[in-house]
Amino acid sequence: MQNPAIEYDYTVAKWFSYLAILFGIIGMGIGVWIAFELAFPELNYVAGQYTLFSRLRPIHTNTVAFGFTLSGIFATWYYVGQRVLKVSMAESKFLMAVGKLHFWLYFIGALLAVGSLLLRYTTSKEYAQFEWPFDIVVVLIWVLWGISIFGLIGIRREKTLYISMWYYIATFLGVAMLYLFNNMEVPTYLITGMGDPFHSVSMYAGTNDAMVQWWYGHNAVAFVFTVPIIAMIYYYLPKESGQPVYSYKLSLLSFWGLMFVYLWAGGHHLIYSTVPDWMQTMGSVFSVILILPSWGSALNMLLTMKGEWGQLKENPLIKFMVLASTFYMLSTLEGPIQSIKSVNALAHFTDWIPGHVHDGTLGWVGFMIIAAIMHMAPRFYKREIYSKKLLEMQFWLQTTGIVLYFSSMWIAGITQGMMWRAVDQYGNLAYSFIDTVTVLHPYYTLRAIGGLFYFTGLFMWAYNFYKTMTASKAIEKEPQFASPMAA
Amino acid sequence: MDIRLIQGVAYLGLIIFLTFVLYGYIMHLYRSEKKGKRNYEKYGKMALDDELTSPPVEPLEEHTKESR
Repeated sequence: MQNPAIEYDYTVAKWFSYLAILFGIIGMGIGVWIAFELAFPELNYVAGQYTLFSRLRPIHTNTVAFGFTLSGIFATWYYVGQRVLKVSMAESKFLMAVGKLHFWLYFIGALLAVGSLLLRYTTSKEYAQFEWPFDIVVVLIWVLWGISIFGLIGIRREKTLYISMWYYIATFLGVAMLYLFNNMEVPTYLITGMGDPFHSVSMYAGTNDAMVQWWYGHNAVAFVFTVPIIAMIYYYLPKESGQPVYSYKLSLLSFWGLMFVYLWAGGHHLIYSTVPDWMQTMGSVFSVILILPSWGSALNMLLTMKGEWGQLKENPLIKFMVLASTFYMLSTLEGPIQSIKSVNALAHFTDWIPGHVHDGTLGWVGFMIIAAIMHMAPRFYKREIYSKKLLEMQFWLQTTGIVLYFSSMWIAGITQGMMWRAVDQYGNLAYSFIDTVTVLHPYYTLRAIGGLFYFTGLFMWAYNFYKTMTASKAIEKEPQFASPMAA
Repeated sequence: MDIRLIQGVAYLGLIIFLTFVLYGYIMHLYRSEKKGKRNYEKYGKMALDDELTSPPVEPLEEHTKESR
């Protein structure tokens, strides 16, 4: 048997939690700023070229996806991985060193990559903007994570891998495959000896490039915003509520369903474009089928709370997680609807699309990471959560923010789509582009205010976490289920 | 034969095959439980009882400190 003196080592999990909070604030702060820029365009010119929407938007998306979310994923992996495999990182000096190296390379790499975007080094491929030297750093970071995952599995005590482990492994393999193929690029300086050493061109051309890009782009949503977040909820919701997963068999079935179906759905980003028609149809069909495995996981989570709904009233962390799975259901129904060709004709390129994305990212991804980190905080520091009231206030403020965000974008997007399509009796367009902008102004303002609510909630989260770490009441032993919190 | 017809038949065949695979997997899960070969639901405990000192749901017998 194991040495009882050994404890789980949360060093790396703590470090990544700090980064998740830091990158959350930076990434979403920029998001709020550019939302206000859309409503009040003069804000574009506050600091010359550096505050232009086009310069800041990729920094927002990359910082929230690959800064905030990935830090949350790594933080939870270094926590959940040890616990469900029943092995401590302290038992292997090698894995501890790999974990720490993983953190530092990621932190420094992320800062440099964000800096490169600010200095306008970009491949111009959405969510794959980093230029080739940074892509190499990303690959190294990913390899280190892989060593950590499979290394820990190699020294485990628990024979069977818990369902969360399957999802973390899928995240690792999925992103590795997608990132490598979509970032195949030729550094122009190395070939021609001319131009900027950072510059590169894609190895694919034209329509092929678009197809690879959206195979990557949509599956970045799959393997960064969905799969690892399911890994989290399958651990944290049962653990916090003290209820085992409603149906373990359903979790397995949903896993394979999701793995098979997701990879085919990216074509819906290219409906009514130059890619083959059958591919567009396939993208739509697979997107609709995707409802089944997505709802399989989400319902499994909600049913885990069966007979225990009283906890929803008592425990704000349960609130965050139940609403996260509800938003997961909402966005995995909304996405397939938008991918149906006739709906897409109205929705494509409108504000309904960022509205959809933010249901998922703010409601599902953000809430789950916030809850996971607050669940870990009392275990990290052997102290109770500093303030339940603050956590409750954060929940309601951020929920209101999300509702403002998606409702304003629904109205704005559908209005915009209808106005673009409107024609008079002779078939002439009824509106010019600026007509739509004028009509949409109030909704853009509402969206920015919604974002500001969510952003304010992040500071409440950071403060609560910091106070939990430094000033909260000490607890004697690690809580088994519900996290202790002071009123 | 027309390439479109071949594609169509192959596509339909694939869908039918995958449907069988899906239902086969569901049957496999339930049947292994019914026959007592495996109890999948007990794995849910792995998240709840996850202290370093708690006994594994299914221990890895060959696991020893020396092997690390």
